[in-house]
Amino acid sequence: MPARRFSAILKNTLMYVGLIIFLLPFLLVILNSFKTTQHFIENPIAWPKNFSFSNYIDAFQKMNFMQGFINSLVITVFGVLLIILFSAMTGYLFVRFKWKVNKVLFFMMLAAMTVPFQVIMIPLVMLYGNLGLLDSKTVLIFMYMGFGIPLGVFMFHGFIKGISYELEESSFIDGCTRPRTFFQIVLPLLKPIIVTLAVLDVLWIWNDYLLPSLVLLSPGNRTLPLSTYAFFSTYTVDYGPLMAALVMTIIPVLILYIILQDHVIKGITEGAIK
Amino acid sequence: MKNNKKLNNVGIFLFFGGPSLFAFAVVFLIPFIVGLYLTFTNWHIINNDWSFVGFSNYVDVFRDKTFLTQLEFTIWYVIFTVLISNFLAFFIALVLTSGVKGERWLRAGYFTPNLIGGIVLGYLWQTLFSRVLPFLGQQYGWTLFETSWLTSTDKAFWALVIATSWQLAGYLMIIYIAGFTGVPKDVLEAASIDGANKSTILRKIILRLSIPAIVVCIFLSLSRSFLTYDLNLSLTKGGPFGSTELATYHIVQKAFLSNQYAIGQAEAIILFVIVAVVALTQSYLLKKLEVEV
Repeated sequence: MPARRFSAILKNTLMYVGLIIFLLPFLLVILNSFKTTQHFIENPIAWPKNFSFSNYIDAFQKMNFMQGFINSLVITVFGVLLIILFSAMTGYLFVRFKWKVNKVLFFMMLAAMTVPFQVIMIPLVMLYGNLGLLDSKTVLIFMYMGFGIPLGVFMFHGFIKGISYELEESSFIDGCTRPRTFFQIVLPLLKPIIVTLAVLDVLWIWNDYLLPSLVLLSPGNRTLPLSTYAFFSTYTVDYGPLMAALVMTIIPVLILYIILQDHVIKGITEGAIK
Repeated sequence: MKNNKKLNNVGIFLFFGGPSLFAFAVVFLIPFIVGLYLTFTNWHIINNDWSFVGFSNYVDVFRDKTFLTQLEFTIWYVIFTVLISNFLAFFIALVLTSGVKGERWLRAGYFTPNLIGGIVLGYLWQTLFSRVLPFLGQQYGWTLFETSWLTSTDKAFWALVIATSWQLAGYLMIIYIAGFTGVPKDVLEAASIDGANKSTILRKIILRLSIPAIVVCIFLSLSRSFLTYDLNLSLTKGGPFGSTELATYHIVQKAFLSNQYAIGQAEAIILFVIVAVVALTQSYLLKKLEVEV
């Protein structure tokens, strides 16, 4: 079957050439991050004369990379942990206790998922501004928790529904309390959905710009997207360091992605189907 | 005894639900209600006056020529982004599920643009459009690229569409792949034994059976592109001459730069209603085409 083999080769080539074209923007930025601004402007597609890291050192200092990185890390880690812990607990509550109030609250959370952040941002900034609660990482983490809870509860709700109750019952007979049963028996069973939710929430919080730009006002609190923005608006024509800054912001997520590749893909699939 | 049980239940409710319900109420629910009320007042940051003005903010929004032009601009941007990203994603997913070597790596590769946020995405494409493409255009005489797309009012539109579709396509591809894997193999085999050709199989079977995935993908791409902000800010900054301001960008400017909070909020609610109506209509219409296996 030569025709069939030919079409298979064609398909493979098409996909790999397509991928290279698709990733070309990344490759060009990486290549140019090693050039001087002068060289970049003269020829943005040429191979770098010598791989110099001076742009990286320059950008690292000027955009205060370390501070932005640590701020982003703290906000993402705590935000994601809080969302997972509390939405798992609430999802459990809604599945195991069919009280009227729970049904109403669950419905409200489902409805909330359809409301975009843009509808909340103005009153949010107004209210928290009046209370003097802006410009605080703790408040921002708390906001992420509030916005992330509905999707979390929804996903845990769907998963816990499929877990049989017998295991928990036997643990009650052994004299375990409700909270202890939850933490020792139910929570470990939720691992697959925890990973899915963590992937979705890490990508969201790490890359988010709009909410932190409204909440975090002082430069010391800037997350990575905020420092990237500040850096670009200040040094608009200094292309060398700008390219290096882009590469540096992409690297942390890229490393995580290479390690967790399959989980990320699975998380996206499950998040979309749910 | 009964009282004790009730007290116990309240305890369980507060322990398991308390923290998340508190956060949900304080971060989402209260601002949502205050936001709705805000649109019926003339609240201003200077005088802090909350007098009730009825629907006048909404009337103002529809009288505002700039907002209407920007809404129209946003709608064109959404139409092209949704079409291009979905076609690309559908096509890549189709080829990737038909037995290609290294499918796992290809899938991961096409997904990579989704790791970066809108700000970085915008700057990445900004350098391409303002430096790399004009260089190539001048070097090789490609007139299309000779000047930066970002300085031309029509071409900046396409820059936005291309950058968004580039990222979205990889995301939607993942969902389409999941949809295609759900198409039963025996149905496909039966069809090809019955002599159906490739395009018939694609149109009559694959397309029909992956309608749930199509609904999700169009829904996602619609709501994402309608609400684009970061990319708009970093790629074009609304320029040249305010010609590429998408709706969310306009709302942020209105509220936080010109301090017109009430009108900005009314615009946000109108945008939300448009997204909801469009998204629900498309899923209703497409679902009518759905078939059961």
